[in-house]
Amino acid sequence: MLAFQYFIKRIGVSIIVFFGVSVVIFCLARLIPGDPARIALGPFATKEMVEQLRETLHLNESIFIQYKIFIVNLFHGDLGISTYTKRPVLVDLINYFPATFELVLMSGTLMLLIGMPLGILSGTFKNTIIDHISRIISLLGVVTPSFLWAIILMLLFAYLFPIFPVSERMDETLDPPKLITGLLLIDSLIEGSFKVFWDSFVHLILPGLAIAMPAIGNVSRLTRTNLSDIYDKQYIEFARSYAFSNFKIATKYALKPASIPTVTIIGLDFAFMLGNAFLVETVFVWPGMAKYGVEVILAKDLNGIVATALVFTSFFLIINMLVDFVVLYLNPRIVLKD
Amino acid sequence: MNIFRSKYFYKFSQNPLSVIGLIIVSLVVFMAVFAPIITPFPEHVGPFTDFANKSKPPSLKYIFGTDKIGRDIFTRVIYGYRISLTLGIVVLSIAAPIGVTMGLCAGYIGKKTEIILMRITDIFLAIPALVLALAIIGLLDRPNLFYTMIAVSMAWWPWYTRLIYNITRSIRAEGYVAAAEIMGASKLHIMFKEILPNCLPSLLTKITLDLGFVILVGSSLSFLGLGAQAPTPDLGTMVAKGASLLPDAWWFSLFPGFAILIVVLGFNLVGDGLKDMFDVDV
Repeated sequence: MLAFQYFIKRIGVSIIVFFGVSVVIFCLARLIPGDPARIALGPFATKEMVEQLRETLHLNESIFIQYKIFIVNLFHGDLGISTYTKRPVLVDLINYFPATFELVLMSGTLMLLIGMPLGILSGTFKNTIIDHISRIISLLGVVTPSFLWAIILMLLFAYLFPIFPVSERMDETLDPPKLITGLLLIDSLIEGSFKVFWDSFVHLILPGLAIAMPAIGNVSRLTRTNLSDIYDKQYIEFARSYAFSNFKIATKYALKPASIPTVTIIGLDFAFMLGNAFLVETVFVWPGMAKYGVEVILAKDLNGIVATALVFTSFFLIINMLVDFVVLYLNPRIVLKD
Repeated sequence: MNIFRSKYFYKFSQNPLSVIGLIIVSLVVFMAVFAPIITPFPEHVGPFTDFANKSKPPSLKYIFGTDKIGRDIFTRVIYGYRISLTLGIVVLSIAAPIGVTMGLCAGYIGKKTEIILMRITDIFLAIPALVLALAIIGLLDRPNLFYTMIAVSMAWWPWYTRLIYNITRSIRAEGYVAAAEIMGASKLHIMFKEILPNCLPSLLTKITLDLGFVILVGSSLSFLGLGAQAPTPDLGTMVAKGASLLPDAWWFSLFPGFAILIVVLGFNLVGDGLKDMFDVDV
């Protein structure tokens, strides 16, 4: 198979899965017992109000027509009105999504920047004190709930040693940059205000780290295992017999093959991190999509819940697709074989 | 066969980490089962108030301190383990059988069954687990423990389908499966009596690891206020209640938080030990 064919096939699969997901989420939203209109309005609403909301949500049509309306509207960018914020859901998404996007990208960066070196150290200095320490960090990363990381990091680095800020995306006293992409890091750079850039960067570190910790653990554990397998290979022994330095062997010969399995599961790590965003945004009062998601869930806002689930799933699907393309670049032989 | 003298147990016991994990898990289960006997203030579990002793930091009498209305946090943490363990066991007894049956059918029967079942599984896997569980709870009526169990099970079964499907595919061409086919065994017999026993080591390992992770996800949901409701002593809820009072009343959320960490760590260590013992990859 050619690389181009692979691209097309992979994008096609993602689109099909997206439709499948939309069916699943739509069915969940409509088939779950109880009247969504009644649940959204609460027990004190009058019959007429419920009937009116049923009419606006098209709940009186058959399920197939409802799905058709849902999909057609979806492609027109119309996700309905949120019964919680009383605004179109799309407007809410545009407001809240960039904050979460920025946060999760920060976490992804931290995952690679900390997880990979930790795994490499561990695998290179196997069964030494460095290895043990790094394995303990990784294990704790995996088994500690993200909200506990958020609390611990907050207590340590915001209260005990006040190095980092406690909440929100940037300092209140600074003027927010003009809304262009919604990503503070980029908007502030476009405006040329380095102070805002630095401030929002500092605000990203603690929540980003709290979200990334489980993924850091995963990446480092997997890198360690793969690296130690590679170190048993003959070509590494050959390089050693040529008296190449440990550093050169690790970075030049062992790292690329060892990183392939790690990269393959990065998509999965992103799934974890997207879930963790819900927990960490709550602790750090981060004005993002996940915090919005929790609010619409508690408010029983049907359109809001469906949109949140779809946005997170699409984000995950796109990340998975990009990861597969990176794997293709790293190892074309295996991917294109069949 | 005495399990403690088998070569498997020997291999397991040679790894100190696995043994530590086993001790942690046994201790947690023991404490949860005998909670009314070992906790100092069993009456603090319900809607109890003692305003004379509210918000006391950890001391000899209250080793984890007391909460906003004077209840002993240690007692509530131990009772919280009862909820967590029940959640883990119930979720996996729903998710694992569904996933295993689907995986066996998809892997052994093949053809259209395989395509349909695996596509459905892929679609469910495409939604991040916590997001799916959140959406389901959000769409159900009022959050409670039962709904949490249903929601987490719905998000968890696809992993078992994947696991069993992969194993089934790799062993369906083995001699003993062919032999059973020639002898005219039914499909059900082959799937559950010939193939399933060979999946057991992987299945057992995955269930052990997942017990920890289900507890973690369950506590995450209750942290968001979508699990068991007050006055039930749920670990995630306790952390959430305390989080708004940081940094002053740190013991409100740190001790229940560490309690979650410990039990997840225990199951994880045992699971890793089983992984090495059976030499399987899950």
